[in-house]
Amino acid sequence: MTAPVVLGIETSCDETGVGIVRGGELLADALASSVEEQARFGGVVPEVASRAHLEAMVPTVTRALDEAGLRLADVDAIAVTAGPGLAGALLVGVAAAKAYALSAGKPIYGVNHLAAHVAVDRLANGDLPEECVALLVSGGHSSLLLVRGLVDNLTPLGATVDDAAGEAFDKVARVLGLPFPGGPHIDRAARDGDAGAIDFPRGVVRDAPYSFTFSGLKTAVARWIEAKQRAGEQVPVADVAASFQEAVADVLTARAVAACKAHDVGTLVIGGGVAANSRLRAMAADRCEAAGIALRTPPPKLCTDNGAMVAALGALLVERGVEPSQLDFPADSAMALI
Amino acid sequence: MLVLALDTSSPTVTVAVCDVAGGDVRLLAERNETADNRHGERLAPLITASLREAGVVPRQLGTLVVGLGPAPFTGLRVGIVTARAMSDALGIAAYGVCSLDGIAHRIAIGDGPFAVVTDARRKQVYWALYGETGHRIDGPELAPPAVLAEELRSRTTDVVGAGALKYPESFAGFTVRQGDPSPRAVDLVWCNDFAAPPGDLAPMYLRRPDAQPPGRPKAVTPS
Repeated sequence: MTAPVVLGIETSCDETGVGIVRGGELLADALASSVEEQARFGGVVPEVASRAHLEAMVPTVTRALDEAGLRLADVDAIAVTAGPGLAGALLVGVAAAKAYALSAGKPIYGVNHLAAHVAVDRLANGDLPEECVALLVSGGHSSLLLVRGLVDNLTPLGATVDDAAGEAFDKVARVLGLPFPGGPHIDRAARDGDAGAIDFPRGVVRDAPYSFTFSGLKTAVARWIEAKQRAGEQVPVADVAASFQEAVADVLTARAVAACKAHDVGTLVIGGGVAANSRLRAMAADRCEAAGIALRTPPPKLCTDNGAMVAALGALLVERGVEPSQLDFPADSAMALI
Repeated sequence: MLVLALDTSSPTVTVAVCDVAGGDVRLLAERNETADNRHGERLAPLITASLREAGVVPRQLGTLVVGLGPAPFTGLRVGIVTARAMSDALGIAAYGVCSLDGIAHRIAIGDGPFAVVTDARRKQVYWALYGETGHRIDGPELAPPAVLAEELRSRTTDVVGAGALKYPESFAGFTVRQGDPSPRAVDLVWCNDFAAPPGDLAPMYLRRPDAQPPGRPKAVTPS
């Protein structure tokens, strides 16, 4: 069997993504983002995102097909993020995917966004082992998953109990006077800072060794900055950024490595927008090497939300002979893993 | 010419497959189903069911017609993105029609102007005013029901739709027709001018997203 050509659609948050793959080979990755519209609100406004998806949907499909040099008729299947995510945003992608599928007579797969963040690694680093631990960190998610089968056996080990890691980056950026989205700006500011300057707290969730909490950290950073301001002192932005980033990277990587050891799994996959953070990547590389764990991190462009990751998972489903979804599957904002 | 029409601007998901020739519309198959908030689940299966019943495959379709609202946001987008994607996939034109026009077409009785008033939630209504032949002469717009009633009083006493039924105190003195006519896709086909160039299928939100740019961050330590 030749590798299936799959078109993937992703609209779970503020990126309209359409990607095309042939098996594990990336053919196109087209993206339209409403982040500039969102920036003035300091976060993602669901209605603004949904409106932007509607406008960007067809043009982004067209760009992806052009980039791949294909017509819709050349595609073997369509995959779309069915959840989890923002309900109104998901619905635009799901409705569009169904319309393309029924018009062109193609099978459709409604897939899980988190599973797609894991599957995307095959496009960058080759076929994934069936067993791995995945650390998925973004503005909407902070999860550790135990993967025992990429298409049919993913178990959540833990998740954030309050803010997502990316949300903490956004909120800290705001009190530091840095723009939205906060991640890249904090990463840049931190380069000139001392990560050991301030000992910010590493939040622990009782009886949940693989869960995260970032709201205490975020408040600690705000308190520390306010104390400086009250004392009439200059806020050392670079040191605060570096110390905050260190605290986030520390808890994420420590718990991910601990999860690998506890479950005797030799591979860690990191995905999601926060996986683009340079300190997180470096610390994960060091700790995995020390623990004898193979680390897989897709390039930053494939870590953030995109259509290629949905196509990559869709292609796996086709390759494994999984039955397509029926046309009445819902957009499920709280979609559980398999 | 085979036409597929659809509307998701009301709690009813409505789909029609028609044969349009000259000024005549022949209905081949239709589905009208109350979906509440399940437009995204119901629309695609209803399209395939209507096409199958009409004995039409998608690539035989010549044109699409879709209701543009006005309507609260989420369900409305399901129909519009479906029409845009099908138009792209099949390489055919797609026309957008004001969904209130469809309601007016169905209930027009020819004894004077009347208003279609639908529920916009948040203590507001969508409305449009129609002449006796069912052509729109004002709207669609968004208004609080009491404000609209005052404005309409000198223009008509005849109103129809869920928005008028929901606020009987505002429409006291009007003839409010009973029953809540939802748009039906076949009526949109009757309303559409197939000789005109297709429009851009812009949804009639009539409302901005309610989001405010934030002020300065709030202090976490008491001052």
